Amino acid sequence: MDIYLVGMNHKTAPVEIRERIAQVCRMTASPLEHRPHCRAVEEMLFLSTCNRVEFLFTTRNGSEGVEEITGIMTGLVGLPREMVLKHLYVYKNLEAVRHLFRVASSLDSMVVGEPQILGQIKEAYREATHYRTVGVVLNRLLHKTFSVAKRVRTETNIGCHAVSVSYAAVELAKKIFGDLKGKRVMLLGAGEMAELAAAHFRAQGVREMVVVNRTLERAVELARRFHAQTIPFTHFQDALVDVDIVLCSTAAAQPILHADELKPRMRRRKNRPLFFIDIAMPRNVDPKVHDLDNVYLYDIDDLKGVVDVNLAERRYEAEKAQHIIDTETMQFQQWLQTLDVVPTIIALRRKAEEIRQTELRKTLSQLPGLGDKEKEAIGVLTESIIKKLLHDPIIFLKKKSVRDSKNLYVSLTQQLFNLDREDAPASSLDCTDG
Amino acid sequence: MEHLLLVLAACCYCVGSVGCFIFLLRNAQNAHRAAVAVLLAGWLAHGAAVALRSFAAGHLAVTTIPEALSFFAWVLIGTYLIIQNRLRLRILGTFVAPLAAAFLFASAVRPSHMIPASPLLKSVWVWIHISTLFAANALFAVAFAAAWLYLYQERNIKKKKRGAFSDRLPALERLDRVNHVCLLTGFPLMTVGLLAGFLYASAVWKSPWTWDPKEIFASITWLIYAVLLHERLAVGWRGRKAAWLAIFGFSAILVTFLGVNLFFKGHHSLFSSQ
Repeated sequence: MDIYLVGMNHKTAPVEIRERIAQVCRMTASPLEHRPHCRAVEEMLFLSTCNRVEFLFTTRNGSEGVEEITGIMTGLVGLPREMVLKHLYVYKNLEAVRHLFRVASSLDSMVVGEPQILGQIKEAYREATHYRTVGVVLNRLLHKTFSVAKRVRTETNIGCHAVSVSYAAVELAKKIFGDLKGKRVMLLGAGEMAELAAAHFRAQGVREMVVVNRTLERAVELARRFHAQTIPFTHFQDALVDVDIVLCSTAAAQPILHADELKPRMRRRKNRPLFFIDIAMPRNVDPKVHDLDNVYLYDIDDLKGVVDVNLAERRYEAEKAQHIIDTETMQFQQWLQTLDVVPTIIALRRKAEEIRQTELRKTLSQLPGLGDKEKEAIGVLTESIIKKLLHDPIIFLKKKSVRDSKNLYVSLTQQLFNLDREDAPASSLDCTDG
Repeated sequence: MEHLLLVLAACCYCVGSVGCFIFLLRNAQNAHRAAVAVLLAGWLAHGAAVALRSFAAGHLAVTTIPEALSFFAWVLIGTYLIIQNRLRLRILGTFVAPLAAAFLFASAVRPSHMIPASPLLKSVWVWIHISTLFAANALFAVAFAAAWLYLYQERNIKKKKRGAFSDRLPALERLDRVNHVCLLTGFPLMTVGLLAGFLYASAVWKSPWTWDPKEIFASITWLIYAVLLHERLAVGWRGRKAAWLAIFGFSAILVTFLGVNLFFKGHHSLFSSQ
């Protein structure tokens, strides 16, 4: 039995295929419905996000399984087979496990450290359990994946700092104001980036917003989106007395706010802190404003500087995360290896139990005079004989399971006891866990 | 018994300080939670020790410098625990716990002989005088720590760089609020404490004002805080200026509290210089 992972992501696929991937992500029908048509694939999980499409599956026949899955994949993407094949990656066993851990820990994401991917994998797992396409191996692997991702989150700072300009602005505001609930935000101008930042602020609990724009039409449109008031452009300086955060993005060629204009208004607002985020080009606010007490001004370059530092930090943390993933992969590998001997052990136990039952029945039918107590004693006797007899061979097999030579011993055991391997029920594998 | 409790309290404060530092360096929430629990245990032991000694002496045990330091450490930790409970300002422990530990150790280095029960110390006015002033000092010490944190964090934001512990430091407005709350509660306590002192002095020495060095310095300190409170409430001083004044005010307290006893003779050194 082998674990395979076949997929494409933003690193391997060019734009035209990525667009198709994004469409796959929005599909309603699950490709897991194809599972009954696959002969080689046993357990199966399908993960799709806007940046990746991946199949995780187990199979006893590697080449055939990969063949079947690529078939499904080309069908999904809707492009010629050769084109898809070029951008596909195929990982086997250890590599597949490691890749899955990396994806879940967000090391393989476009923005390293983004938190959504873990939720998407959980969703994929839920879907797979719904279609009943996951069994012992993938169940165990996925649960391990979740715990690895959690470990990476808690033990490294990989997701700690903002890596987008608009979100960096929100984090700065939090450093100044703490809780953003109850703060007032002014949108000065209606640039796209300002709109994005405003959405972030809204998500952080800011409910009161004011929109100021030269063209009233756009101001009204924005005000409706953010449930904000509008203020005439000529009055915006006086409105500064009542707001805490100002997002500037007007197209003005000259600064529209100077330090000496702000100073008296700071006194009127009793020096409550005021935070300017100037993402306009050229800048809207005179840089001298930053020198006033309790006024903080960050322009687009400052925010980009913050983002760059944060990105560097994430890369550093990613190395720590990689180390965690490597050790966890090794551990999972050990469990995986014991799997190969487990069916043999079960078959061995079952054979012994069958022999015991048959012989017990024969003996008891020849001795009709026995009471319940005696019957029970004979049953216990036979049971303990086979248990003791099988104890050493089973321990021996378990010990060999992490060695390369295990296949030799497995087949030797099967020949020695004349076991039929296919009989082994896969569902009881968990009982030998640990 | 009392000595044992004091040693126990000192150990707890040290362990608590270490826990707070681990929190500062590693951002480990659990370390901080444990530290607060240990500090609480130490505070209880310390409180028992102070109570035992006061009971044995027949008056509140703050009559020698070691006793005063120990009592101040106790009030400081108590204040911190209350603020931690109310405002959740974890980082403050990193400053307050070592400070309290240092005070307690300083008092342990020179274990003092007990002052014989003096009728002068038995009055309820002395109780009010001492307990309110110590509580006010502890509050101002917290404000002092918060002010340093504020200045550090504000400087990082103004300079547009991320400081070393920046993500563990509270937001500027929160730090400023701690400063504000401490001032608002500390100042009335200080006023009551000083008034009680003057009233008692006028009863004992027939005059409320005797140009005692401690009286002079205490009045100066009170004026500094009065100015700070006025500027804050009426003029709207906030942030950096208020933080600097809180630091200045606490320096004045240190002079009044310790410096005067070490370098001058007066009503208060009557007891401590023996």
